[in-house]
Formats: sequence, C-alpha cells, structure tokens
Amino acid sequence: MSSTDISINKDVHHAHEEHDHHHDQNFFEKYIFSQDHKVIGKQFLFMGIFWAFIGGFLSILFRLQLGWPDATFTFLEPILGGWVANGKIDPEFYLAMVTMHGTIMVFFVLTAGLSGTFSNFLIPLQIGARDMASGFMNMLSFWFFFLASIVMFISLFLETGPAGGGWTIYPPLSALPQAIKGSAGGMTMWLVSMALFIVSQLLGGVNYITTVINLRTKGMSMTKLPLTIWAFFLTAILGLLSFPVLFSAALLLIFDRSFGTSFYLSDIYIGGEALAHTGGSPILFQHLFWFLGHPEVYIVILPTFGIVSEVIATNARKPIFGYRAMIGSLLGISLLSFVVWAHHMFVTGMNPFLGSVFMFLTLIIAVPSAVKVFNWLATLWRGNIRFTTAMLFAVAFVSLFISGGLTGIILGNSSLDIQLHDTYFVIAHFHLVMGAAAFFGMFTGVYHWFPKMFGRMLDEKLGAVHFWMTFVSVYLVFMPMHYLGIAGFPRRYYSWSTFEAFNVFADMNSFISIAAIMGFSAQFIFLFNFIYSIFRGRRASANPWHSNTLEWTTPPLPGHGNWPGEIPAVYRWPYDYSKPGSVEDYIPQTVPFSQTQSSNLPNERDQE
Amino acid sequence: MITFAIGLSIVLLLVILFLLFRIGTLASIFRGSSKRAIGTSSTSNKVNGTLLLLFLILGGAAFAWSFADAWDTMILPLASVHGDWTDSLFWTTMIVIGIVFVITQILLFVYAYKYKHDDNKRAYYYSHNNKLEIVWTLIPAVVMALLVFAGWKTWSKITSAAPQNAEVVEIMGKQFNWLVRYPGADGKLGVARHTLIDATNDFGVDFSDRNSLDDIINPLQIHVPKGKPVLLKIRSRDVIHSVFLPHFRVKMDAVPGMPTKFWFVPTKTTAEMRSETGNPDFNYELACTEICGRGHFAMRYVLVVDEPEEYEAWIQSQVPFAEQNPDILAKFPTGTGNSLVAEKSAEEVK
Repeated sequence: MSSTDISINKDVHHAHEEHDHHHDQNFFEKYIFSQDHKVIGKQFLFMGIFWAFIGGFLSILFRLQLGWPDATFTFLEPILGGWVANGKIDPEFYLAMVTMHGTIMVFFVLTAGLSGTFSNFLIPLQIGARDMASGFMNMLSFWFFFLASIVMFISLFLETGPAGGGWTIYPPLSALPQAIKGSAGGMTMWLVSMALFIVSQLLGGVNYITTVINLRTKGMSMTKLPLTIWAFFLTAILGLLSFPVLFSAALLLIFDRSFGTSFYLSDIYIGGEALAHTGGSPILFQHLFWFLGHPEVYIVILPTFGIVSEVIATNARKPIFGYRAMIGSLLGISLLSFVVWAHHMFVTGMNPFLGSVFMFLTLIIAVPSAVKVFNWLATLWRGNIRFTTAMLFAVAFVSLFISGGLTGIILGNSSLDIQLHDTYFVIAHFHLVMGAAAFFGMFTGVYHWFPKMFGRMLDEKLGAVHFWMTFVSVYLVFMPMHYLGIAGFPRRYYSWSTFEAFNVFADMNSFISIAAIMGFSAQFIFLFNFIYSIFRGRRASANPWHSNTLEWTTPPLPGHGNWPGEIPAVYRWPYDYSKPGSVEDYIPQTVPFSQTQSSNLPNERDQE
Repeated sequence: MITFAIGLSIVLLLVILFLLFRIGTLASIFRGSSKRAIGTSSTSNKVNGTLLLLFLILGGAAFAWSFADAWDTMILPLASVHGDWTDSLFWTTMIVIGIVFVITQILLFVYAYKYKHDDNKRAYYYSHNNKLEIVWTLIPAVVMALLVFAGWKTWSKITSAAPQNAEVVEIMGKQFNWLVRYPGADGKLGVARHTLIDATNDFGVDFSDRNSLDDIINPLQIHVPKGKPVLLKIRSRDVIHSVFLPHFRVKMDAVPGMPTKFWFVPTKTTAEMRSETGNPDFNYELACTEICGRGHFAMRYVLVVDEPEEYEAWIQSQVPFAEQNPDILAKFPTGTGNSLVAEKSAEEVK
C-alpha cells in the first residue's frame, strides 16, 4: 500500500505546478519516451493502425491470388520482387502472407493496438487516477512492442521470406527450414519478435491490473466501474496468465530449432535424411499454443465488449441493461476461456474422450455470450438512440458478433468439427466473431474517444461513409465463405483447381476478393479522417457525447495528471441515463445524490 | 503515358472528393447543424436509422437468395454411414442457430430504427430485470445441453474402436503427396521405421519382418469396398498433414511420431456416385487440410469405392512391393526375429 500512498502524494499538487512541470519536458520526454498513459495509448494506436494497414494489404494480395488464380500479376513485381515469377505468386510466399496476416492482425493490431490503446488511455481516466501505477513500466511496455514490431517488420524483407507455417506455427513445419523456406530466418525473427511482444504484454498487463485495483478514486468501488474497465481488467488477467505459456512454447521451439532438442520432433525423414530427433510430440506444442491461443481470442474480444457496452449505453441514452449480469458474464467467459483450448484440436489425434470434455466446456461459453447479446438488445429497446459513428459501429458489432458467434456452436461440436475443421467455415466464423467484430469494437472506441485523445472531433459524415462501406463489405466477404466451408474448401490453399471437388465457386471467390478490396479501400477514408482531424478537426467540448464517465470531466485535451485540480470523487454508477425526474438525460458519476433528490430511487435516498 | 494518365485521374478524383468533403463541412457550419449534439440532428439519424433497416431487409434477402443459389454447389454428395449422422446434426444445429440468428438480427436492426433519436422523447430508464435475465440464461443453457448431448453421442460412436473385420489401409503423408499401403494377404502391416526410408523404400518398411513381404504399396488409386468398415491408419514422415475425405466426412491429422486412425463405412461406390451426380468423371478425392508447405494445395489422391467382389478382385490383382522390387530384400538380413522388431513397432494403433 505504501507505493500507492507515495504516488497519490506526488500527484496531488496544484494546477499551476502541474503547468510548470509540463513545460520542463522536452520533445522527447513528451512525445517519444513519454510516461504519460495518454501518450502511450496514442503510440499504441498509431502502431496498431500502421500494422492494420500492412496486415490488410497482405490479405488483399492473397485475395488477388484466390480470386483470380489463373491471372498473371506482373504488376506486383515492383512490390514483391522475386516472389512473383512470370506473374505467378510463389506458393511459399502465399503461405508467408497468410501467416503474417494472421500474426499481425491477432497480436499486433487486435491485442497491442486494441488493449494497448484503450487500456492505457481509459483506465486512469475512467477510474480517476493521475496515471498508471508505474509510468516507467508502461513506457517500457510500448517500447518492447516497438522492438517486436521492428523485428517482425524486417522479417518481411528477408530473402527466405517471413515465417510461413501459419500463425499457429505448428512444428515440425515451423521447426525445420528444410520443410519450408519461411522456417529459416523468418521463423527465428518471428520467435524473437513474439518473445519481445510477450514481455510488452506482461509489463502492460501487470500495470493495468495494479492500477485498477489500487488507484481508483474516492467512491469508485468495483461495482461503480464502467464496464470498459471491467473488461480491460479481466483482459489483462487473461494475458498475464496465458502469455507466459506461449513464451514457454516458443522457448522449447527455439531449443528444438537451434539446439537439437526433441520436445516437438520425432521420427522425421525430410530432405533425404532421417533426423536424429526422437520422442517428442507435435501435439504438445498444440496444447501449449492453444492454452494461450484460446484465451487470446478473448483477449481480443473482451475489451470490445466493454467499449461497445459503454458506447451503446451512452448513445441509447439508457443504463446498460443488467450491469451485474454483464460483469458476471465477463467473469464467466474469462474463466471458461482457460478450459476450452483443445476444441482447436478435435482431429489432431488427441484422445476422443478429451474431445467430449472440451466440447461440453466449449458449448457452455455460448451461455454468457448469449446473455451479453440479449442485454445489448434490451439496452437498445426503448432507447433514444443517437447514431454517432461510434454508435453505428457498436450496433454493427453486435450484428457481427451474433453472426460469427452462432457458428461457434457448430464448430465447438466435435462431431461437426470433423468435416468443417480447417475449412473456410472456420475462416468465416472467426473472422466475423473476433476479426471483424473486434475491428468494429476498435473503431467504436476510436470514434468515441477521439475527442478526448486529440481535443478535436472526427468528421461524422466521413465516419458514416467509412462505416457503411466497411460494414457492407465485411458481410459480403465473410458470409459467402460459409458456403465455401460447407463445400469443404480447405484453408491455406494457394489454389483449389487441382481438386475436382473444389473446382467450383470460382465466381464466388472473385466476388469475395472484390468485396475485400472495397472494404480495404474504405479504410483510407478513415485514415484521411483520422489524420486530418488530428490537426484540422472541429474542436471538441469537454463532454461531446453527454456521457457520465469520469474521463469527460477532464478538460477537452487533458494534460499530464489528467485533472487540473483535485481528482473528482465518484458517487454513483456510470449508467444514470434518462433517469426519471432529472432535467438532463444524463447524470455524471461525480454528481452526488444530494444534488439529484428529484431523481433518486428509493434505495438511493439514504445516500443523500 | 497510360500510367501517368491513370495517376493523374486518381489525383483529380481525390481532389474532387476532398473538395466535396470541405463543402459539406462548411455547409454544415453554415446551417448551424454543427452546434447540436452529434447524433441528435434529425437528418443524420433518419438516414442512418433507415439505412440500418434497409440493411436488414436487403441483406437478409441477399443472404437468403445466395444461400438458396449456392445450395446445389455447396452440398457435397455424401457417401459414408457416420456422415449421415453428422450431416443431420449439422443441419439441425443450423436450424437452431438460424432461428436465433433471424430473431436477434431483426430485433437489433428494428430497435435501432424504431428508437432512433427524437427530441421529444426520452429513453426508458430500465436497468435490470432478474426474472427476464434468468429466463434468457436458462434457455440457451438448455438448448446447449441438448446439442452437447447429441454431439457427444455421435462423437462417441464415430471415435469408437474399429470393428475387427475392418479393411486396413495405411496412409502416410509426406511433402507433398500421400503414400498408401495395404497389409496384403496376411492382413498384417509389416514394421516400418523412418530410418529405413530411401528412394525406393519410401515407406521405410522393414522387409526383414515377414509380415511386410506381402504388403501392397502405393497403388495407383486407393480402393475400398462398399458397405464394409474401412480403418485408415494414418502417419506422417515429415511434417503434420491431415487426411481429408470430404465426401465421407472424414478428417484426421497425420502426425510424425504419433500414428492416428479413423474408421468409416462407405455407402456408395464410385460408379453409383457417377450416375447419381450425373458426372461420368466423378472421383472421390483425398486432400490435405493441415498446412504443410509449398505443395499443401496439391496433395491429391483418388479413392475408389468398389462393390465388395470388385474390391476382392482388385486386391488380388495387386503385386506386393517385395515382389515388384526383389532387389530390396537383399538389403535386409533374412531371418531376423520378428518379435524384436515388433516391439519397436510404430504401427500399433488401438
């Protein structure tokens, strides 16, 4: 507790001192090696956007191949160089692109870009703290991520190409450079990059948890926290418990690759020789990988649950329906996410009894997820909905989450997974439920908190255009993929025309590719809006959305320390929207019950 | 020159778009609509609310049409006993989730449209309803329990031990094709080890094991009899592959160092399937579904389902590998004790 006291004492100084302090910082302290959580949050956001464009661009490249398998892509030669020979994309480079698309999107965009941005930016602001528990660790967290990014980015330009064994890097493919070029230098850099990335996640996660537990302002009990904070808090716990397991899996893989151990390798004959490795198990890697891998998909989606709940309540001008049930379902999902990992492994030869157990546990997750959807619907019911761009993305998030989540009930069923495993049905499922939905949650957050980040508003009209183009193309891309999946199309195929069974749906693949290109182009509208509005957007007021949470009690562009004066105390939960008897349709958390006697509920009278 | 023209027109297009954007912004300032709280102006709410409703109607119609249109192409003809169970469970589950899908999407978009902002209205303060929440927790829980039970029953039947009389076919994955071995007349596969693999003996069969002498290796096509259980013994010699027989609803990974298996009963011969689909060139195909490198997409093998008597005739006509390649026996010392080698056997799959 002493550390908490120290930081509080240090931070409670007067406004003008804060001001002086501000000017002492040079450019590097303020914008580069900053320990201010808001700047670090923005740094994560910029990196996330950068990676999202790289990851998206890779997907467009391989969609070109899938959409027009017989075309020649000589125009790609200036970009891809030797990877395009006579207009044909190299099949190994195709796999490398698929691998890097997955890695970048899952880890660098939807983990670091999402949690990194919003946990950093919102936790201190919404719980009423001057900064994170450890600003220095927080800074390190970003710079480790930056290092990881550099290593991963350089690997894209290796002569043997980046890692190419799929984002799940199953050995022996990922362990043996003889098996695929990407398992040479590219794989080494992948592993180094991910090790740095995991360090970054742990530094960040420890900080988020500590901050939420210790630095809440006066009156901010756990049951008065906005759902965003609950979501970030649980996400950080998931990351802290599961990322070390990925680290160990990666470490053992490094040993197998470089030091001749046999953790994952056994009985292998490749490249004209029998290898000495014996006694290892590739399945062990899959268990370790998915022990992170499954919580990881919840690390991706939980923060967006929080963001969307907050934005829907604010813009429907209604309390979130079933606040405690929302927390309960977050807790339930977090807990269950640790005991379902082997549903990725039903057909790996794992003991079928385990398959039954994991099917049972997996399908239970549908219950808390369904509760969340019903609660969002009930929050919209009889609301007075303001369609800000953030709200449009939030509503679309719910739609995508339903569409993608429901097919999880099919894939979680081991006997149905036999046919659908590693087909486009899986691609459609997870891109909707954790790819597109998480992206939409991220857009929701960016459009909603942009005013607090940059003191200016994003353009709402461009936002609406961006939203509609993205929303329509997401469905046009991923709905037809279910059909491909039912027809049995395997994933990570360079071309399907070698098989009679899969030599259909050529038009549909071109269609999907066109829709994907449309969706990707729409992101440049966002990019323009984002950059333009940072400098030229309309100036924001302190609370442009008429929201209740604490961050909106700060100035339009909060400085170091967030509140110029004392940190406000909190008296009520964050969802008093449209409360009968109050004049305005929102009552911020900082308003005591004594000032709202006309709207207090019977059980709130004694707090007046 | 053409590149320049294209570049120029793109630049011009962007300039025009930018000007439109500026004009729009200035116009909104002029109209004063920028003074209102965002999301409360009636035009933008009407437009977005209506578009959401339109999205539901048009999107729903497009989905229904495309689903119906793709139906004939996406339904793979079925040719195994357990495939019937999983297919019917699949479509039952699809109907269940389809109902939930339709109801929730309709509620979502209709609520969004119906409750769009109105200056004269106020939202209904409704924070929770325990009874309602218990109901909508229990309903999915019960439905899930039923689906789990159905799935578990099917799964246990599919993964149960193969019948004793099953025809054994060994499939080994390698970069980038499949190797196939039949046990031959004695019904026993000979021992194989990866250290024995060379250019001719790509299975690594130990020919000092007498069981291996009649093993049939790498026939042109895999043949299996109709109506009899077929046990696939699956192995890999380099990286992970996955045996996928889409028409039989069969999939199982081929893992180096860990033999796996899958058994199924084919229900239609290739000839029957040819007349049923009206495609005289129809073939059952074996594909790889675990990323395994450059040639992952091209690991094709044809599987033929015969009438049982045709199958018997076919298997009789196959010449064992040892007979085809008598030279290979010279490499192996004869008379080695089978029992010694058998202990190290990688074949044993219970």
